[in-house]
Amino acid sequence: MARYGMAIDTKLCVGCMDCVVACKTENNVPEGYNRDWITEEAFGKFPNINLEIRSERCNHCENAPCVSSCPTGASHYHDIGGVVLVEYNECIGCKACIASCPYDARFIHPDGYADKCTFCIHRVEEGKDPACVSVCPTNCMIFGDLDDPNSEISKQLNSRKHHSLKPVAGTNPKIFYLT
Amino acid sequence: MHEITTTRNNHLIDPSLEIWGWEIPVYLFLGGMVAGMMIITGYFLFKQRQTEETCSCRYVPWVSLVLLSLGMFALFLDLEHKLFTWRLYTTFQVTSPMSWGAWILIIVYPAILVTILITPPKWLVEKFPVVKKYSEWLNERKIWIKNIGVANMILGAMLGMYTGILLSSLGARPLWNTSILWLLFLVSGLSGAAAFVHMVAKNVYERELLAKADNGFLTFELFVIALMIIGLLTSTQVHQEAAMLILTGPYAATFWVFVVGIGIIIPLIIQLMAVNHKVNHTPWAPIMVIVGGLILRFVIVEAGQVSSWF
Ligand code: SF4
Ligand code: SF4
Repeated sequence: MARYGMAIDTKLCVGCMDCVVACKTENNVPEGYNRDWITEEAFGKFPNINLEIRSERCNHCENAPCVSSCPTGASHYHDIGGVVLVEYNECIGCKACIASCPYDARFIHPDGYADKCTFCIHRVEEGKDPACVSVCPTNCMIFGDLDDPNSEISKQLNSRKHHSLKPVAGTNPKIFYLT
Repeated sequence: MHEITTTRNNHLIDPSLEIWGWEIPVYLFLGGMVAGMMIITGYFLFKQRQTEETCSCRYVPWVSLVLLSLGMFALFLDLEHKLFTWRLYTTFQVTSPMSWGAWILIIVYPAILVTILITPPKWLVEKFPVVKKYSEWLNERKIWIKNIGVANMILGAMLGMYTGILLSSLGARPLWNTSILWLLFLVSGLSGAAAFVHMVAKNVYERELLAKADNGFLTFELFVIALMIIGLLTSTQVHQEAAMLILTGPYAATFWVFVVGIGIIIPLIIQLMAVNHKVNHTPWAPIMVIVGGLILRFVIVEAGQVSSWF
């Protein structure tokens, strides 16, 4: 069984926001909301300042608190690749999932249900990459099966240094940042 | 230097969480009050005090019924996808405290109704003669009444604990993520309910007893608050920062003045004097306790949303 994840090369990402626009267009994300976004983290001491630019979204955690806190089962792991999804017709809009996500990756859609990145599961099921991955002009994002040792993402993660976000929160995120 | 900037600006999420407004604190407060009232009523039933004409166990369940309904209405108002509320009751999600709560509330209602059946008011009996039949049947079986009392105490405890666990299971918000929150909300619910019954009790014995009990609950609540703060301060950096929100940060004034000062310490002093017959029992101390309990829920819910993992 596949286990979908994403590796994002912070050495290539320039923060152009193409991924953000692609997601909004592909998924009809309403104005004022984002399923993905750009974060810039600057650290170090002058003159040795480091800047990491990251395209961020729901991490499709393997130990997702948003799933375990959901009272209706609307938040769930999809059969395909363990992608974390919301079944809109089961969501009551209680916001427990939002409060439980350490990444603040979710929001309430103006129609009332909890919404977030779906890894463009509708595209993935057709064998395509998520919209953000497919438009990136620097090709900094790799989407694929973490369980397949021959997938591009597994190869990159095996050969490159990487980190995930807030690993101490214990959610086992499946998005990795190559550094 | 260490600076993070983001382009995300989602409504109610950024710059800090604001997903829960007044509805959830009010719901948690009313749930706690009902929990406390059920425990007190359950205790009196267990002691077979229902035969006493002025026993609070005759009218407090009605108050519970009203408060519980108001609380559930507040919760309902908070839901963003209201048409799908019924989805709560087509499943039971064992890992979700909210699912537990939804089902606990469903069991609490009939428990309160059965309690009312023990000593139904006149108008109810006149309107529905069948009530009298069941009531007499129950009253012939003392052991049943004791058991209803025990059920009230257990369900009340579960309800009170759940209001705290609901928040403390949300690990992404360090201020809530303390395993003692259930105890704080339970004892705060008990002290609020004891204060309320003390205020309205017609029975002198019950009034004195509840004033004394309330003093115990308030003292215990102070200890629990101290333990919660110590727990946070000796934990990770994010938990320490969360504690600072109520210790010296933006919520400190409200917390210390309204929750600890007016909500616990001042009424405790007044009630200690009252039970030692130095001053008369007045509604002031109970009102302060109840208002303090409400503000406690507001402070915890709001400050908790501000606290986060860096
Ligand atoms: S990032 Fe947040 S919303 Fe996404 S799976 Fe993890 S906990 Fe859930
Ligand atoms: S808002 Fe919806 S998806 Fe989130 S926990 Fe509540 S019911 Fe589940």
